[in-house]
Amino acid sequence: MNFRDSPDEAEFRLRLREWLATNTPDLPASSTSDDYWAAQAGWHQALYDAGFFGLSWPKSIGGHELPTVYDAIVDEELAAAGAPPRPSLGYLVQGMLEHGNDDIKARLLPGIVNGRDRWCQGFSEPEAGSDLAALRTRAVPDGDEWVITGHKIWTSYSDAADWCLVLARTDPDVPKHKGLSAFRVSMHQPGVQQRPLQMINGITREFGEVTFDGARTPATDMIGAPGEGWRLAMTVVSHEREPGELGYVARYKKVVNELVKQVRADRSAFDEEPVRDLAWALVEVEMLRCHVARRLSERLDGISHGPEGSVDKLLMTAVEQAVGHAALSVGGAGHGGWDDTALKVYLYSRAQSVMGGTSQIQRNLVATRILGLPA
Amino acid sequence: MDVRFSSEQRALRDSVAQLVERLRPESVRALDDGERVAKLDAALTASGWRELRTADDAGAPWATGVEVAIVAEQLAQGAVDAPFIGPVLAADLRRRLGAAPAAAETIAVTLDLSAPARADGDAFEHAALAVDAAQATAALVLTRDGGLAQMPLGAATTGVDLTRRVVEITPGAAVAAVSDRALPADDVTQWTALGLALTSADMLGTMRGAVRLARDHALNRHQYGEAIGSFQAVQHLLADAHVATEGSASAALRAAWAVDALAPQDALAAAAAAKAYAARAARMVCETVIQVHGGIGNTWECMAHVFLRRALVSSDLFGGVGPNLTRVLEHHRIGVAS
Ligand SMILES: Cc1cc2nc3c(=O)[nH]c(=O)nc-3n(C[C@H](O)[C@H](O)[C@H](O)COP(=O)(O)OP(=O)(O)OC[C@H]3O[C@@H](n4cnc5c(N)ncnc54)[C@H](O)[C@@H]3O)c2cc1C
Repeated sequence: MNFRDSPDEAEFRLRLREWLATNTPDLPASSTSDDYWAAQAGWHQALYDAGFFGLSWPKSIGGHELPTVYDAIVDEELAAAGAPPRPSLGYLVQGMLEHGNDDIKARLLPGIVNGRDRWCQGFSEPEAGSDLAALRTRAVPDGDEWVITGHKIWTSYSDAADWCLVLARTDPDVPKHKGLSAFRVSMHQPGVQQRPLQMINGITREFGEVTFDGARTPATDMIGAPGEGWRLAMTVVSHEREPGELGYVARYKKVVNELVKQVRADRSAFDEEPVRDLAWALVEVEMLRCHVARRLSERLDGISHGPEGSVDKLLMTAVEQAVGHAALSVGGAGHGGWDDTALKVYLYSRAQSVMGGTSQIQRNLVATRILGLPA
Repeated sequence: MDVRFSSEQRALRDSVAQLVERLRPESVRALDDGERVAKLDAALTASGWRELRTADDAGAPWATGVEVAIVAEQLAQGAVDAPFIGPVLAADLRRRLGAAPAAAETIAVTLDLSAPARADGDAFEHAALAVDAAQATAALVLTRDGGLAQMPLGAATTGVDLTRRVVEITPGAAVAAVSDRALPADDVTQWTALGLALTSADMLGTMRGAVRLARDHALNRHQYGEAIGSFQAVQHLLADAHVATEGSASAALRAAWAVDALAPQDALAAAAAAKAYAARAARMVCETVIQVHGGIGNTWECMAHVFLRRALVSSDLFGGVGPNLTRVLEHHRIGVAS
């Protein structure tokens, strides 16, 4: 029971810290500026090339097969350096590792891990959000291809993506959870159109909507067996709920560090309320750091989390929204037309209780799957 | 980094849990069962857990903050009505000054519980409260010049918390020096961190016990022909309670580890963050548990208020939300406006 680095971990931390000293890009947060996305791929590739990305994944796909606790070190050092968070792709990688065949793993995963192939996740549809299994996008076989028709929405990074992980109905005649399959679909083809959606904080590169109108993909790009789509989707979203997977501690820590600096520079300009909001944000971020350490340590026992991911997601959401409140009350809304970064951080934080399954859905899962209350 | 419990720590946790399962008060009425209380106290004495912070041959505590926090959490989970935190904190103070351990001793704090009571010379200027004082014959206090003094205690009474007794100390009460050495400031800081870590662990256990109580009730109580636990509104209340408990567990774990592993100021900061988090969570959780119990939850016979009362006391001991947010701010050098 030790929060401290082992000698190997300490050596790794030092190496990373030295690298960051000269390689930290001056990027705005993805949540507040579209400029982030222009440089995001470069950041991912730089981290990967220097040996600091994909640490816990198999070597065969470009990983390092280190214990997952190394990810926590990366998050801490990125935050301390004021660097952007590590790209959050763990859910895609885990989904494919668990459900993809050897060909899929060998062919598709290295490009995801090294940051050369950009992916987005096409699950949600206008009529299928929380009730994801009700989705209507169809995939129909045609020779050794599948033809895909449907409408995906709130697809994160759709404008930057080369590929989309599409969940589509391949068998309309079985119960709704059983008729779904997953595919890799190229975003660069005539049958695919994507249109960015503007978020409430004004940014336009966070998510978009994608229409598939007779888009084609080879049968070899089906991920998992026919009908395995629902299980793959559940693997993906459960990893999407884990703060350790997402590297969000670094993102939150970076914001609160900046707020602390702001208050320290002119302490008497702030009265009780914003300072108290900031204190709560500090407490929440510290809690999440400890929580991630706890969860990642449990993985050393080989425990992978099922419903506990919902607990993590709810904790992470509370942290992000506490940080959002602190940003708003310390930074102000920017009524005078000056810097509105704080407002953007705040407004973005509202999405955390919706994306990856809403907080209500997470509470349903905690109540029924962890507390054992009647479903 | 590997924050899993060691096999010894897991064994400790399990043996505390077994004792708790055997001798905890299962109902409010059982709090008055003198025979059970005596057995419980004897079992706890025999376990030696209250001496975990006394000095080993090298003067170091036998166990770290992690082990004592494990015990505190398990005891609180069963609302165990035998002293633990008070005697442990008293023993830790004695060890820091190289004073011989004493049996049946606890600590005294200010009336709002937020700080150790301070004696002036050989007497008390203000009223104070000896906490966790069942069976205690004496309480330790700090003196204004930083020394350690002891005062004899009268019989303990039941206060806010029905599981842990108190003794009121009136102004003018006499104290006798335990040591004429002053306690170094770093020791006071570490000791405070231990107090915060232990009260956080106690609240964590309280939350776990309370959530379990409410969950069982939600499965057993039927309305509209269904278990109330099938209603989404009730489910979401309990889900939030569970999540707040888990967050508290993570923060409290680091606080317990930090007591002996980090520099005193860093240990205090970790403990203050955990305490602020757990104090807010514990009140919310215990209130939720009363709500889920409906009318029954508002009766003296229901264990729900036993948990809430215990949480209120552990929250106030060494300071609750406000004082600990202040500590967090001071640690980041954004304390008080100058
Ligand atoms: C920033 C952002 C990024 C996203 N990125 C992606 C992405 O990359 N890929 C992707 O596929 N999707 C993505 N999404 C979509 C997201 O997964 C959905 O928005 C989410 O699952 C909720 O679905 P919905 O919007 O249809 O809301 P609805 O399901 O219509 O829910 C509306 C409200 O009703 C509540 N509700 C619904 N059902 C229940 C129930 N059973 N019990 C209690 N309350 C209920 C919800 O909690 C919510 O408050 C993203 C969303 C956001 C905001």
